[in-house]
Amino acid sequence: MMSNPTTTDSNPDLQRPEFSIAHLRHVPRHYYRRWVAAGLILAAFGFIVHAFATGQIEWDVVAKFFTARAIMEGLVNTVIMTVLAMVLGITLGVVFAIMFMSPNPVLKSVACFYIWFFRGTPLLLQLLLWFNLALVFPMIGIPGVFEYRTVAVITPFMATLLGLGINQGAYTAEVVRSGILSVDIGQTEAAKAIGMTRLTTLRRIVLPQAMRVIIPPVGNEVISMVKLTSMASVIQYAEILRNAQSIYYANARVIELLIVAALWYLVVVTVLSVGQYFLEKHFAKGVGGAKERPRPVERSL
Amino acid sequence: MSTPPMVVAVNVHKYFGSLCALKNVSIDVAKGEVLCVIGPSGSGKSTFLRCINQLEKTDQGAIWIDGELAGFRRVGDALYELSDKDIALQRITIGMVFQRFNLFGHMTALENIIEGPITAQKRPRAEAVEEALTLLNRVGLSAKRDAYPAQLSGGQQQRVAIARALAMRPKLMLFDEPTSALDPELVGEVLAAMRDLAQSGMTMVVVTHELGFAREVASRVVFMDEGAIVESGSPQEILVRPQHPRTKDFIAAVLK
Repeated sequence: MMSNPTTTDSNPDLQRPEFSIAHLRHVPRHYYRRWVAAGLILAAFGFIVHAFATGQIEWDVVAKFFTARAIMEGLVNTVIMTVLAMVLGITLGVVFAIMFMSPNPVLKSVACFYIWFFRGTPLLLQLLLWFNLALVFPMIGIPGVFEYRTVAVITPFMATLLGLGINQGAYTAEVVRSGILSVDIGQTEAAKAIGMTRLTTLRRIVLPQAMRVIIPPVGNEVISMVKLTSMASVIQYAEILRNAQSIYYANARVIELLIVAALWYLVVVTVLSVGQYFLEKHFAKGVGGAKERPRPVERSL
Repeated sequence: MSTPPMVVAVNVHKYFGSLCALKNVSIDVAKGEVLCVIGPSGSGKSTFLRCINQLEKTDQGAIWIDGELAGFRRVGDALYELSDKDIALQRITIGMVFQRFNLFGHMTALENIIEGPITAQKRPRAEAVEEALTLLNRVGLSAKRDAYPAQLSGGQQQRVAIARALAMRPKLMLFDEPTSALDPELVGEVLAAMRDLAQSGMTMVVVTHELGFAREVASRVVFMDEGAIVESGSPQEILVRPQHPRTKDFIAAVLK
């Protein structure tokens, strides 16, 4: 409309009456359809709540078993396994990502094989393989130095930890690799130019910046791991789902105990999501909204 | 040799696949000298600079830094490639400033500067911080010590990058087109910092398009084209009275 670029105060065109509406009130748009949608959704939600409330679920049984001893023990086992399997998975993931990107062809091939094998077979199958390792190797250790009976070493706990952790490592390796690739090559060159070795550069410069890219998918994988631990119920690891099953085999309150387990999974995942938010904030240092961040305090002076 | 030159390059060749990026480049840089390398893009000037710091490996020929063979160890008739650790040690004495600054994004200006002294040189933190603050003051950025690179202008980032390189107490400084990525009004502050450095007696090799800076500060100017040194001489000889037609064309094109 304003074809004339010199729209200054002195432009007499702007004094014309049809332009003198600057004093009028601005009325925001109304979103009627949002209200309709919200109403429909609330109605649907109310229907679902009503269905569950009047369905054949004995909520007092849910409440009674929510903090039952076996459930609590299962919860602790689930949380411990999630933490340990993720620690193992992330450690392996970082090591194999670095090996995968190494100029050394031997290291690269090993990493390639690891990722190929453990991503290429089902997790359930891997858990069963670890649990039945004794069928392949009755004894493990270094022959002549120390040896143990495999059945004694590969408990349900060990089999679950190895199965989940090593499988997770194969996925995390790819996540870490994409994170490392996301860091500008100039960062590596600048680090080399101040006399850093390859590994110091990775540890001090590249990985901290890669974390920003790595954390959201790893957070996703931690949450996924909480639930994957339930697979260990097939190899008799006493996590929360297995313990809930043990109870309902005895008292036949199937749905009630499944609800108890589901609620606890939700609690754990919610707590973890909050943790992820703060971790992401920490590693966003120096990026994007940096200007609003408080100045860090110099530690030594 | 009483005082060996800071840099000696003899018959340096560098190939990228079938492309010959450096053809038989030989040059020496005396201590305290400021050598400006000019030339069109793709002429190999940045590659040569990166070879001095071993960010690129030379395919033939050799480079000595302050009398020490760079990147290799001579045993009899063969040159053995040094380990990652030994090359890192050699780089400690060479400061480098990049076109794109390459400040560490997750560290403040101060942290950027003390990183090398603490991590690579294992100097005590308190000493590194003290020296870093002096350097920040020298490049006029004392107030920005706690700013992250993303909060600094290009010119400020480049001045922090210069301070970061100087924190290693280098005997040689390499500049790879340090003002090419800057907005025109920010070029001056970076050139001023470099001019100060040259006056302090630092040996510098500067790849640049700033002919004014070369003319004023350089003790010698080298013109490179197609991977080879076309001519070299005093700033007057190269920038005002070039002999070779390619040098003449280049300078005419830049000044236009």
